[in-house]
Amino acid sequence: MVRLIFVELQKTFLKKRTYLGFLIVLIIVPLIEVAMKLEGGRFVTNAFRSVARDFVLVGNLFNGWLVSYQIMNSLWVHIPLLVSFVAGDQLAGEATSGTYRLILTRPVSRTRIFLAKYFTVVLYTVVFVLFLAVLSIGLAVLLLGRGDLLLFARGGQITILPEGEVLWRFALAYLFACCSMITVSSIAFFFSSFVENAIGPIVATMGVLITFMVLTALPVEVLESVRTHFFTYYLDIWQRPFEDPISWERIATALLYFAGYSIVAVAGAWAVFLRKDILS
Amino acid sequence: MSEHPILETRSLGKRYGSRWAVRDLNLLVYPGDVFGFLGPNGAGKSTTIRMALSLIRPTTGEVRLFGRSLRSDRSAALRSVGGIVERPDFYGYLSAVKNLEIVGALYGGVPARRIWEVLELVGLKERGNDRVKAYSHGMKQRLGIAQALLSDPELIVLDEPTSGLDPQGMKEIRELITHLAREKKKTIILSSHLLNEIEMVATRMAIINKGELKVQGAVQDLLKSGEYRVLITGEPLAKLKSVLRRHRRLVKAVEPAETGMMVTMDREHVPAIAAALVRANVRLSGIIPRRSLEEYFLSITENATES
Ligand SMILES: Nc1ncnc2c1ncn2[C@@H]1O[C@H](COP(=O)(O)OP(=O)(O)O)[C@@H](O)[C@H]1O
Ligand SMILES: [Mg+2]
Repeated sequence: MVRLIFVELQKTFLKKRTYLGFLIVLIIVPLIEVAMKLEGGRFVTNAFRSVARDFVLVGNLFNGWLVSYQIMNSLWVHIPLLVSFVAGDQLAGEATSGTYRLILTRPVSRTRIFLAKYFTVVLYTVVFVLFLAVLSIGLAVLLLGRGDLLLFARGGQITILPEGEVLWRFALAYLFACCSMITVSSIAFFFSSFVENAIGPIVATMGVLITFMVLTALPVEVLESVRTHFFTYYLDIWQRPFEDPISWERIATALLYFAGYSIVAVAGAWAVFLRKDILS
Repeated sequence: MSEHPILETRSLGKRYGSRWAVRDLNLLVYPGDVFGFLGPNGAGKSTTIRMALSLIRPTTGEVRLFGRSLRSDRSAALRSVGGIVERPDFYGYLSAVKNLEIVGALYGGVPARRIWEVLELVGLKERGNDRVKAYSHGMKQRLGIAQALLSDPELIVLDEPTSGLDPQGMKEIRELITHLAREKKKTIILSSHLLNEIEMVATRMAIINKGELKVQGAVQDLLKSGEYRVLITGEPLAKLKSVLRRHRRLVKAVEPAETGMMVTMDREHVPAIAAALVRANVRLSGIIPRRSLEEYFLSITENATES
């Protein structure tokens, strides 16, 4: 099994497509952070002027932590697309290239190949999210220094997180982001098991995501009772660790939903893959 | 034959929608056979081979390899089989060596030495580190054979391995197949839509058309069976006809063909007829034996292309 996983990792990480997401992040993140640094003074004074009236603010509040938080806030809707590039290609790509014929005629069960492939998808997702984390936090702190993290929560509430607490909150935030992105990957992987080309799974995953997000956000009464069952309802889970106190219950619920959606998607993909006639 | 077959299909069938691509197929391949699997395009050869290599599920019947059912004992059944199905496709962005490593891993890993060995056997040793993307069709075809041989399997299944090759490439592959069969004692299944290709290398064969088995047996027996026919061409045609009419005792049947007369007769009477034609001043341009199998196969092929 280790050998199979190693093979799948090589196939994925020697492929150019795999680095598309990394490349995009590598361009976008520095772009935003440098722009923020240049614009920085004005941005912070406007935002914090009201606060400064009521509090005595010490130190540098427009710092790397705040910018990292802003990056997460603006990118979390786009990252799923980048993640599905690879997840959607994982099975369909073999059909496109005709290489199912090369690997599925061997004395290794389809289940084992399937597991190796899913493991690769999960690992890619985690590596990708961690890459985003390290790049955005590292560069932001380097450019803008550190300090306490001051956040405006929903409803105009203000939270000030002392510098010492910020790092582990970010770690948690990215950990939960990994979980939510693995759910997206699993769905893309599911679609990937049906078709012979990676475009379909990517578009289908985005379709599901957008539909669910719209349904989640739509202020319609009939949706009130169902919307908490959409996994997209929990996609902002990464924000929870920045609340004070942290509502662990909500986090647990979110993680359960992620696990549920992932398991159903992967089980579905497995059932399809196992029975699939390889006609490519 | 008392030996156990290496490959056996039992009432094997595959239906796509309402059409049977393969129907009630019973094949027997024995150890040491070079088994020719012959049929016009669309006859169901690749579909059969896909079922034999577990790529698609049969609608009816089953495949047995080395006495094991592919359905219930898949890994063991495929342990000693290597093959190519249709186009030889690889991971184009990886080198030939890397591609073979990937295949090798599916057999629990093969040493690097073995990879270079098979590359050398198919004449790709110098290009082993190149990306497969840069390979020509002929090179991919040979790499296809290399991956089929990688695990040193007893049974090698080759689906139209010479398709798209030039005559020199075809010849090299034929020689390789003969080498594998004679020197390495491999059992080989070779599909083709060309009778002469099968004839040159196969010891046993089956003909399939529209998904159904037509004949199966030793190539020599099949080629011998049936009537012996010759196509006689020459000028003037009228004189040719009258000579044949005069020797009615020696010929069994005469029918006009496009370029001359198709004559059914015993093989030993050919010289007498030829001599009579020369004596009658017929300018002979050809006496071409048409074996029954070829005729038969041609008639199948023609029907297939018409439909
Ligand atoms: N995926 C498919 N869907 C429907 N029909 C198919 C499919 N694949 C093959 N066929 C049909 O099955 C028949 C046999 O095809 P194939 O096995 O590829 O023939 P061969 O390899 O002998 O040329 C053909 O009539 C072909 O049209
Ligand atoms: Mg074919």
